Amino acid sequence: MAEMTIKPMTLNFGPQHPAAHGVLRLVLEMDGEVIERADPHIGLLHRGTEKLIEYKTYLQAVPYFDRLDYVSPMCQEHAYALAVEKLLGLEVPARAQYIRVLFSEVTRILNHLLNITTFALDVGAMTPLLWGFEEREKLMEFYERVSGARLHSAYFRPGGVHQDLPAGIADDMLAWIESFPKIIDDIESLLTENRIFKQRTVDIGVISAAEAQAWGFSGPSLRASDVAWDLRKSQPYDAYADMDFDVVIGKTGDCYARYLVRMEEMRQSLKIMRQAIEKMPSGPIKSLDRKVSPPKRGEMKQSMEALIHHFKLYTEGYHVPAGETYAAVEAPKGEFGVFIVADGSNRPYRCHIRAPGYPFLAAMDFLCKGHMLADSVAILGSLDIVFGEIDR
Amino acid sequence: MTQALIDLGDYIASAAPNEVLNTEIGVGGLSVWTRSASLLRLMTLLRDDSNCQFKVLVTVTAVDYPDREERFELVYCLLSLKHNQRITVKLATDEANPVPSVVSIFPSANWYEREVWDLYGVLFSDHPDLRRILTDYGFEGHPLRKDFPLTGYVEVRYDEEQKRVVYEPVKLVQDFRTFDFMSPWEGMTRQGPAVGLPGDEKANVQNEGKA
Repeated sequence: MAEMTIKPMTLNFGPQHPAAHGVLRLVLEMDGEVIERADPHIGLLHRGTEKLIEYKTYLQAVPYFDRLDYVSPMCQEHAYALAVEKLLGLEVPARAQYIRVLFSEVTRILNHLLNITTFALDVGAMTPLLWGFEEREKLMEFYERVSGARLHSAYFRPGGVHQDLPAGIADDMLAWIESFPKIIDDIESLLTENRIFKQRTVDIGVISAAEAQAWGFSGPSLRASDVAWDLRKSQPYDAYADMDFDVVIGKTGDCYARYLVRMEEMRQSLKIMRQAIEKMPSGPIKSLDRKVSPPKRGEMKQSMEALIHHFKLYTEGYHVPAGETYAAVEAPKGEFGVFIVADGSNRPYRCHIRAPGYPFLAAMDFLCKGHMLADSVAILGSLDIVFGEIDR
Repeated sequence: MTQALIDLGDYIASAAPNEVLNTEIGVGGLSVWTRSASLLRLMTLLRDDSNCQFKVLVTVTAVDYPDREERFELVYCLLSLKHNQRITVKLATDEANPVPSVVSIFPSANWYEREVWDLYGVLFSDHPDLRRILTDYGFEGHPLRKDFPLTGYVEVRYDEEQKRVVYEPVKLVQDFRTFDFMSPWEGMTRQGPAVGLPGDEKANVQNEGKA
């Protein structure tokens, strides 16, 4: 048989592809079934969030953060709240800090459940998705009970949180914490030793510790490459300094290690949630500085001053002293940072959002080179990409 | 913490006296000012020096100050995992003079620099692939500049007759709402009595007309 030469082929992956986790257009240059170059085209979900925030008061900017990474909304509000508090020099009451820690961990489990189960779906396992989403539903009920919304909660605000926990939620959460490890075990029994799952993920998309740092990785993807770095431990914010938990690391830096790290992180999150509920002090849930945080509705019926404060805060908003700062939190996907430049007015002069998924996707070309086409799906799934935060 | 930052700032200034223009410590931590010509040398030093070890480039962004002669302020946020320290490197530039790209030092800078080019129009020399990244194919302008309107210039819709997406100039069904947030109380305290209250200029015009 005569030898044939095959032209290098360019393949369009997405923008509408179920494994693209949103609207990714990945242009792949293929040599047969081997990827020679991956060129992600992003921006199909670009909404100009950073520009919009420049035209809103500090409080009006909060809901934009829910809409970035829409599977871990509260962690992003957290970074924004920390940045504004830093500029204002504002102390947050202890109870608010504990509530924030509690709900940051709820958010982490929400995010990891979605990532692990959809990742498993991408590589062929259907059942974890059905089990995981049932638990997500229960967690989103907790979201709804504190904030009134299942997804776009706008619950963490500069100065504290919006409302106190409703009666009975602590007991329901403790009951859920009791029941959830069983679900993790079930999902694990389907995936961790599953032959097909391991064939698709072990030794795929390997990145070493040094390379992961050079490519700006953070969060579980960095820890899976054997780097013990967690902002909750190394630069603790709010009440994380009082929490006892372990930093989970992986040894191999491949897709399988990233999966294992997320699995174990969910168990650690449960540990933190339990501590946050048990240690939670009583007291105010937002700053008592009336020039920043609004008064209670009951107070407004009685006090003229409270009424004026309410009116001023919801029309003009508060003025933030000039300065600039960068505040970061350990969001479920990695380091989520907010860089704010304040000019002394009631609106941010500049608000830059550092999304953890952005450098992950920038490294796609590096990770995919030399792998098979089907592996690009596994790599993409293991990096935990959500386009709301990447395209902003 | 602050003392450690002061020491680090002094150390960097002494290790790279020709590269560092100024060091500042503010609410955002330590920032080091440099200029375009010495950016690469400073970044290499920050990454490799044993007292710095800033191996992670967290983000690159810009801030637009249209009134300044060099209107853009570039901000590079660096993180050292070894010393658990953050630092920002800053430099001023304008739309004409390119800034050397740091992709050769930090590969993660590739997309960040593309983003700054896309949104601000700052040029980077020696960048391997300086294309637009977040905006539409064929987009014109740099949307995060302060002189770019919030609404943009064009809008898209699907045209049923031509069976394709068409671009049209933006038409707003309702005027863009801008609020005058200047409050009389704070206006008096912040700007002094000489400036007066917003709206005073209208009163003065009326008086002149009568006289």
